[in-house]
Amino acid sequence: MTATAETRPEVGTARLRKEDAHLITGRSRFTDNMVLPGMLHLAMVRSPFAHARITAIDVSAAKASPGVFAVLTGADVAGEQGSLPNAWPITPDQKAPAHPAIAVDEVAFAGEVVAVVIARSVAAARDAVELVDVDYEELPVVMDLEEAATDKVLAHTSLESNKSATWVFDSGEAGTGTAIADALANSDVVVERTLYQQRLIPAFMEPRSIVVDPTGQQITMWSATQIPHILRLMLALTLGIPESKLRVVAPDVGGGFGGKLQVTPEEVITLLAARRMGKPVKYTETRSESLQAGHHGRAQVQRLKIGATKDGTVTGLHVDLLADMGAYLGLVTSGVPILGAFMYNSIYKFPSYHFECHNIFTNKAWTDAYRGAGRPEATFAIERMMDELAVELNMDPLELREKNWIKHDEFPFATVAGLEYDTGNYEAATAKAVELFGYEELRAEQKRRRDAKEKVQLGIGVSTFTEMCGLAPSRVLGSLSYGAGGWEHAQVRVLPTGNVEVVTGSSAHGQGHETAWSQLVADRLGVPFENVEVLHGDTQVSQRGLDTYGSRSLSVGGMAVLAAADKVIEKAKVIAAHLMEASEDDLEFTNGSFTVKGTDQSTALGEIALAVFAAHNLPDGVEPNLDSEATFDPVNFSFPHGTHLAAMEVDTETGEVNVLKYVCVDDVGVVVNPMLVEGQVHGGLAQGIAQALYEEAVYDDAGTLVTGSFVDYLVPSAPDLPHYITDRTETRATSNQLGAKGVGEAGTIASTPAIVNGILDAVRHLGVKDIKMPCTPSRVWHALQEAETTGGVQ
Amino acid sequence: MIPSAFDYAAPATVEEALGLLSKAAADGNDVKVLAGGQSLIPVMKLRMADPSLVVDLGRIGGLSGVTDNGNSLVIGAMTPHHVMATDPLVAQHLPLLQQAAATVADPQVRHRGTFGGALVHADPAGDMPAPVLATGATFVLAGPGGERRVDAADFFQGYFTTAVEEGEILTSIEVPKYTGWGSHYEKFTRVAQQWSIVAVAALVRVEGGGIAEARIGLTNMASTPLRATGVEAALAGAPLTVEAITAACSHAGEGTEPASDLNGDAGYRKHLAQVLATRAVLAAVGL
Ligand SMILES: Cc1cc2nc3c(=O)[nH]c(=O)nc-3n(C[C@H](O)[C@H](O)[C@H](O)COP(=O)(O)OP(=O)(O)OC[C@H]3O[C@@H](n4cnc5c(N)ncnc54)[C@H](O)[C@@H]3O)c2cc1C
Repeated sequence: MTATAETRPEVGTARLRKEDAHLITGRSRFTDNMVLPGMLHLAMVRSPFAHARITAIDVSAAKASPGVFAVLTGADVAGEQGSLPNAWPITPDQKAPAHPAIAVDEVAFAGEVVAVVIARSVAAARDAVELVDVDYEELPVVMDLEEAATDKVLAHTSLESNKSATWVFDSGEAGTGTAIADALANSDVVVERTLYQQRLIPAFMEPRSIVVDPTGQQITMWSATQIPHILRLMLALTLGIPESKLRVVAPDVGGGFGGKLQVTPEEVITLLAARRMGKPVKYTETRSESLQAGHHGRAQVQRLKIGATKDGTVTGLHVDLLADMGAYLGLVTSGVPILGAFMYNSIYKFPSYHFECHNIFTNKAWTDAYRGAGRPEATFAIERMMDELAVELNMDPLELREKNWIKHDEFPFATVAGLEYDTGNYEAATAKAVELFGYEELRAEQKRRRDAKEKVQLGIGVSTFTEMCGLAPSRVLGSLSYGAGGWEHAQVRVLPTGNVEVVTGSSAHGQGHETAWSQLVADRLGVPFENVEVLHGDTQVSQRGLDTYGSRSLSVGGMAVLAAADKVIEKAKVIAAHLMEASEDDLEFTNGSFTVKGTDQSTALGEIALAVFAAHNLPDGVEPNLDSEATFDPVNFSFPHGTHLAAMEVDTETGEVNVLKYVCVDDVGVVVNPMLVEGQVHGGLAQGIAQALYEEAVYDDAGTLVTGSFVDYLVPSAPDLPHYITDRTETRATSNQLGAKGVGEAGTIASTPAIVNGILDAVRHLGVKDIKMPCTPSRVWHALQEAETTGGVQ
Repeated sequence: MIPSAFDYAAPATVEEALGLLSKAAADGNDVKVLAGGQSLIPVMKLRMADPSLVVDLGRIGGLSGVTDNGNSLVIGAMTPHHVMATDPLVAQHLPLLQQAAATVADPQVRHRGTFGGALVHADPAGDMPAPVLATGATFVLAGPGGERRVDAADFFQGYFTTAVEEGEILTSIEVPKYTGWGSHYEKFTRVAQQWSIVAVAALVRVEGGGIAEARIGLTNMASTPLRATGVEAALAGAPLTVEAITAACSHAGEGTEPASDLNGDAGYRKHLAQVLATRAVLAAVGL
């Protein structure tokens, strides 16, 4: 098959998104818009305490409240609710508490559901929530991760320790490198730091919402989820419902960022309630519930040691992590830090690497995937450490990086963490970024402000990154004890009118799959972009799939679409040959038509489709359809990379930080739609910058979420973010035919260390060595004060 | 979220509204006056307030708008922030209030939220109280016993507490004109749409190359808005130099009792007050 980009240039075109018209005008089908006949509504009774024993629940007043049909407690559903799934037990001896959707006798974080009210209206349900009388016996809480690791206070009375599991990778043992102890011992310098990854909240725009209709032959669940297929399987396994009796639909979904990559208590509860009532039931969370009880992300303490020789050659990295699981293990909670394990070495060649991660329970909402999942944490750590090392060695941070990164002619490169990077060109991306940024001029300006002791200082933040995405080779996931594979499935159908239906298992929730897949198929089948319809997100329409996360959709799901399109061409060719009474070998397929080579005899795909439908004249043994399906399972991850540079102004009077200039040059492989890529980069940068400057989920000592609304959980909006200068370089991924690498997480991963490195670069000469994220004005100012009173360094 | 059930009344006159308030009080019912609803409704939705009756002032004529009263502007309590930020009379005579109103929240909130509502709500981090305090305005309250006038200095009494008694309604605010004075509202936030972490309102009269008089209001430096009297005293008679102004504004933290929260501790806020006061005064005098 020939690449058709030359003949029909859909791939590479900045097509406007075909899904936007209905999303922007509000003619959308979000779950909460669903209204079914006789539908009832749910409201949750949630624990105000972070750790308590439930001693009694009196639901009589709530039950008697007008419009209330039923109130269910954990005890009422104990026999049927099962335990919510953790699909990634990272070690055979991983410990985890039972995780009932409705707590039965103990709650382990504030916000945990203890009862559910089922009523005629949302208002009636909410009123009755106030009437449910729960007696709690408070238990000691453990909120701080480092304290939890000491086991002085236990997050669950059912566990003997807060430790869930310890996972180790050692390059010496794995044979991918040398022993870390020797490497560090033989280094000229060893820099040791402890860095903190604050807890973040995914804060997707559409709160989670679920409608379950138990009437009819099957139970149908509409859910604002990223993972309809995984959800269906997990609900079947958790609740013992035959999978064939469950249909899950993810209609329009308003963002997820990993936050909707979950099998939630609310989904289980809504299903159980609907089944009990025999009527459709809806639950839509409030924003406060979303912040409190949706899963959180990051939350790690990173204890790091990096060694180097005097000339700046890195000798090895030792990573010792504490990872905050929160109170429970959600779908992939325990695996998130492990995804980072392969990325601490980033783009560098150093020969020795040790990683260990201790997964710890606390009395907070559980953590799980959040944009980048493990990889932003890793990139932050290594990029901060490279800067620390540069300071120690008195080297320019870019020069230090260049000395250590894999050169473009050294690919494919087997890394110390055991991956094989297929392609990349760090020199090219960095050179372009440096030029766009005006690196030398900004360094000169920085020096001028320092010399003049100006109140607003300037710093330059460097972040070079790579990530593994396109999750992923099923075999590799299996070797990491992940409970599923990483393939993706697609169907392509040419309808009698010549229109094309594409069914993808990778269900979009804002990314623009409808547009990108249409572009891919338009090129491959030679049909107009407008004639391609992309269907997804309903297990009855898209029967197989592994959904959308980990920047996998294009490089895995897109490939399945292309493979299915190719199968359609193969099938059509047999029919075309028959219809034109020619030999298949004499046919060529271009621009949507089969032509008999060297003649003007041709037939278009649409004509073949109509002939197939009529089935009057088909070759023997050919079924009357132009349908196909295909599954793609990549042989390797893909490895996008890039260089991000941030010029940061720090007002030393107020501690306020301002991003003066932000340049990023990303290599995401071959680009299908530059506008979609740009959008992903912008959004990703916003979330990464938000971690550096704005967002943090804060609990008080008693276990209450202080940042329980958007008044306190500061999500930046457009005026808070800089103008981005974005550009690209391109090396093709070899793990998929298209050469695409993935872009969903790049901006988030790279920007956080760029910003923090920039802030520190601005104030390091004043004696500031570190500032915890988010780098709020108050923290920056306090760091400056402390540096001044301790004399600082000069 | 959804508030608890409540009764709703939308009287046509202030008298009718006062009648509803006193009847509710006599019946022992919890009643709340509704202006723009931008503070009351969120609190009710979170069920932190559950009045049994809500009396909406929105249908009462004559409570909204700005009128020229010679030496002062009379501003109706129901005047939306948006009007405060765009009204030509306010722009001419009280640019400080215009500027402060423009920093409140976002356009949607500014169109619904009202000047009077923000003052009665008296959030320590709210942006209208400190500038109004600096102007020395007079609050006009209607109550069962008739009309009452309260000086700005006596109006803000504590955390979310003002001189407005149960059964009373704020009808208008008379604000003296500061035509020709330099003024500036310096608001410090972490994100664009946020309540003030600290803010400083400055009114400065320049005469003969020096500062003749200054009135400085502080936002979020205590449970109520404050006047920075130390700064005001030090500025009076000060020359128009950065050094003199900076020195005078070093008094801005005096007598303040700011809260500590996620945006900063009390010490940081005291420091910010000095920096922001300096910036506000410098901007007000055009330095
Ligand atoms: C998202 C958001 C962001 C915001 N950001 C800011 C900000 O940055 N800065 C800022 O200053 N404010 C901010 N606000 C608050 C806004 O200014 C409100 O409008 C104001 O605090 C209350 O005014 P209101 O007219 O909405 O009053 P309401 O909410 O209707 O009432 C508030 C209180 O005052 C009482 N009340 C109101 N009017 C009268 C009256 N005439 N007589 C007696 N009692 C009365 C009510 O009973 C109630 O107790 C924000 C609000 C929102 C929703």
